[in-house]
Amino acid sequence: MAQPIFRSEGLTKVYRTGDVSVHALRGVDLSLYPGEFTVLLGPSGSGKSTLLNILGGLDRASGGRAWFADHELTAMSDRELTRYRRDHVGFVFQFYNLVASLTARENVALVTEIARNPMPADEALARVGLDQRMDHFPAQLSGGEQQRVAIARAIAKRPDVLLCDEPTGALDSKTGVQVLEALNAINSDLGTTTVVITHNAGIQAMAHRVVFFADGRIAEVRENASRARPSDITW
Amino acid sequence: MSVLDRKLLRDLRRMWAQVLAIALVLACGVTILVLAVGAQRSLEDTLDAYYERNRFAEVFANVRRAPDSLLPDIRALPGVRMAETRIVGQVVLDLPGLAEPAAGRVVSLPDFGDPALNLPMIVAGRPPDPDRTDEVMVSRAFAEANGFVPGDRFAANLNGRKRVLTITGTALSPEFVYVLGPGAMLPDNRRYGILWMPRRALAAAFDLQGAFNDVALALTREGQAEAVIPALDRLLAPYGGAGAHGRAEQASHVFIEGELTQLRAMARILPPVFFLISAFLVNMVLQRIVSLERGVVGLMKALGYSDAAVAGHFLKLAMLVAIIGIVIGWGMGSWLGRGMARLYTEFFEFPYLVFQPRVGSYATAAAAGLLASGLGALQSARRAAALPPAIAMAPPAPPVFRRGLSDRLAAFAGLSQPSMMVLRGITRWPGRAAFSVLAMAAAVAMLMSASFFPDSLDEIIDTAFFEQNRQHAMLILAEDRADDVVEDVRHLPGILAAEPLHAVPAILRSGTLSRRLAVEARDPDARLSRVTDAAGRPVEPAGSGIVLSERLAERLGVGPGDRIEMEILTGRRETLLLEVSGTACIHFGLGAYMDRAALARLLRKPPQVSVVNVAMDPAQADALYAAAKNTPGLAGTVLLFQTRASFRATIGENVLITTMVYVVIAVLITVGVAYNSARIQLSERARELASLRIIGFTRAEASYILIGELMALAILAQPVGWILGWIFAYAQVVSFSSDLYSLPFVMNPATYARSSLVVLSASAFSALIVRRRIDRLDLVAVMKTRE
Ligand SMILES: Nc1ncnc2c1ncn2[C@@H]1O[C@H](COP(=O)(O)OP(=O)(O)OP(=O)(O)O)[C@@H](O)[C@H]1O
Ligand SMILES: [Mg+2]
Repeated sequence: MAQPIFRSEGLTKVYRTGDVSVHALRGVDLSLYPGEFTVLLGPSGSGKSTLLNILGGLDRASGGRAWFADHELTAMSDRELTRYRRDHVGFVFQFYNLVASLTARENVALVTEIARNPMPADEALARVGLDQRMDHFPAQLSGGEQQRVAIARAIAKRPDVLLCDEPTGALDSKTGVQVLEALNAINSDLGTTTVVITHNAGIQAMAHRVVFFADGRIAEVRENASRARPSDITW
Repeated sequence: MSVLDRKLLRDLRRMWAQVLAIALVLACGVTILVLAVGAQRSLEDTLDAYYERNRFAEVFANVRRAPDSLLPDIRALPGVRMAETRIVGQVVLDLPGLAEPAAGRVVSLPDFGDPALNLPMIVAGRPPDPDRTDEVMVSRAFAEANGFVPGDRFAANLNGRKRVLTITGTALSPEFVYVLGPGAMLPDNRRYGILWMPRRALAAAFDLQGAFNDVALALTREGQAEAVIPALDRLLAPYGGAGAHGRAEQASHVFIEGELTQLRAMARILPPVFFLISAFLVNMVLQRIVSLERGVVGLMKALGYSDAAVAGHFLKLAMLVAIIGIVIGWGMGSWLGRGMARLYTEFFEFPYLVFQPRVGSYATAAAAGLLASGLGALQSARRAAALPPAIAMAPPAPPVFRRGLSDRLAAFAGLSQPSMMVLRGITRWPGRAAFSVLAMAAAVAMLMSASFFPDSLDEIIDTAFFEQNRQHAMLILAEDRADDVVEDVRHLPGILAAEPLHAVPAILRSGTLSRRLAVEARDPDARLSRVTDAAGRPVEPAGSGIVLSERLAERLGVGPGDRIEMEILTGRRETLLLEVSGTACIHFGLGAYMDRAALARLLRKPPQVSVVNVAMDPAQADALYAAAKNTPGLAGTVLLFQTRASFRATIGENVLITTMVYVVIAVLITVGVAYNSARIQLSERARELASLRIIGFTRAEASYILIGELMALAILAQPVGWILGWIFAYAQVVSFSSDLYSLPFVMNPATYARSSLVVLSASAFSALIVRRRIDRLDLVAVMKTRE
């Protein structure tokens, strides 16, 4: 088997607010492989977002170690983490997080302007089927369209990994499927390693690998022998 | 242009009103800097160049009559580079078309060539022919005010001989940039002028053949005025020297220096206030923007933008606001600067005075503006840079409200829920509330310090003209005379009363402190011109004591009961030891007053008269004027009602302009602060207000919370502003007080009321603009959006 693109050993995360400390991660050992489409499932508060944030270099672990290929994320300085995010990671957020005062194309350009080897913003938008709405502002787009702009923005830098936190969380089933199709196409066309957090158990059918989370730990990892097409998924 | 910059420009356009409100406050600071520094430099440079080119002297001395043979001795004094003697005198003029007598100062021109010092700059025509006795060159301002051109004639009473003079040319001189006639308070070019005549003609007229009565010196590089003056005094003393002085006491120079001092003070004191307020506004607005844009910040970080790029983004916003303000300020500063230069050419006689745009002052102002805005933005920019990237993923946290003392107090006072919300809004951001209060208080204070001015001037007019100088006219004699001259004056047509005054040039000394001035000696029963204290009670010198103006007493560090030395600069140059018998409230000049008979006794001479103060019958004014024009021995007349009128007019015009400027400034500050803080509160509370509307609050009730907070702060700002304004005004009184003037400190209740009214209206106006937005609040949209 290939070398994992993400690997973690005994990863822990403790949030301290006042005298209360919340153990979000209680020792996570995980390996994810290049080119795979992974789905992260688990109850609310089980630590999925926390893990994704650490893998994406948005947050730091309290204990344990994590690697991206052979770079140790848990040993990086803030500056190195910034570089890592800039060069390797694409994010898709539940609430799209588009800049309201920028058009779709400009939101994508936000990334292409600083990336090392970006694809043209128009191409990224075309990949998610938005070639007709490039000059629209977020307020003029539907939720699904906005999320697809966010995906175009995430893939425009040709990231090694695409990390998505509940990308369909705010969308209805039909729009959600469009978004999943966009993600799937990118995973298969560009070979981008993709991690998707979801509360929608149905989505696991399209993954190579499904990770079940419970109470800050991995409860189970399952590999799918065959994958469903996004259009077959409903919720 | 990068996408982020494009976002910046769009954000700026969306918030244009807020941006403009801040930029205008900043622009005030820039304007004043450009204006004051520019005007100051223009004035200084013009002055330097003019003094240099036209050889303005450094030491000046008057003498009764000194032989020309003294000149080599003067030239030989150590430190003297050049010396030139002249003949100068006061003359009464009879001008065509002017009923009342005018006056002038005649100054001799050398028989051969140009003057070595104080070279007049000829504007039109030519200098008088050295061999003619009826030709004269006059000052440009005098010619213009009277409509004279070369070839015109007027009559002058030259030492008792009336003569018709022909104007050959007009000129300017570095010696007479600011020209005040004797006893005048403001320049009056119609009735007072400088006349240059050939030395030979003046020597004959003033009986000064082979002699001089005025000398001017230029010093060597090492020469010190302080060292040369006593040496010159020693040389001139036997000939009736009246004490030499340097530029620091040269009348024209002193006034320009006074103006420069004020400009420097203006450049130092006012701009920092504006920069501080704009820094605060930038800070307040950016804090809000950063909280609103937490998501964008998180996103930028998640996308791999560095901390510096994030901080830079917000700093750039502040810089853009600053740049808008700077550009407006530059424009305003240049425009007002030209206006100021025009104003200067009205008051000062310069050959040229251009308000030169100084790269330096523009750059300084710009740097200060950028710095202020940058500092204001720093905190928010740093906060943005410090936000963890993970917040891109998280929804914004609601602000933390805490129950504090104020809540308990409010509950105790039984405040309604909306009032409670107002109170909590204020205590939630105590720093912001405090600064809003301070900034609006500063606006009140500025208005007060502007509006106190006219009251103060009214008080001056009241004291100076209605309590102290109640005579209609002053007849200034060419030289001191015995008392019978008063009798002669009484016989002139239309004279109702005449009172003598003896003016003695002297140096008053106490320890190392000294002042040069004319000590005025009056008769004890003088009714027309008298001296009063702050309460308006007449103050009489007791016995052979001396009464000092409060300012003079302060300058000399003495009070009633102390003794001072009086070194008389004329006659036998005696030094008297006098007791200070009281102090008086005098607004123009430093004053010192004695009893005429007592002074005469001390000098062992019969009482003398230098000025006759008169009350006259207006119906016979023309007859009196005609007589005055032909009276030998008269050096000039001052008509006090005219002085008063021109004082009123000039001051009135200035006050109107100043008041308008200050009102504009105060409104800009208030709107800048009130509008921005209301917009920020609206943005913070949109949800809350929408919820209130949804549960059934009326628009008025919902707006009350927002407007209530704003107006509560505005009202709170009033007493603070009154205190600040009182301090500002007092500081102005102190900084304005010079040897030339003092301002009385007058604070009428109306000043407080007017200032508060302007600031409260401006904040109410801002509140109403924001209220219109509350009325249009889209309830559904507000509740739907995240934050
Ligand atoms: N910034 C924070 N401060 C304090 N506690 C936090 C913070 N972020 C997360 N937590 C806590 O850590 C635990 C894990 O949170 P996390 O967001 O990873 O859960 P999740 O699995 O993504 O849940 P969900 O499905 O609801 O998004 C939760 O109990 C949460 O309350
Ligand atoms: Mg989550």
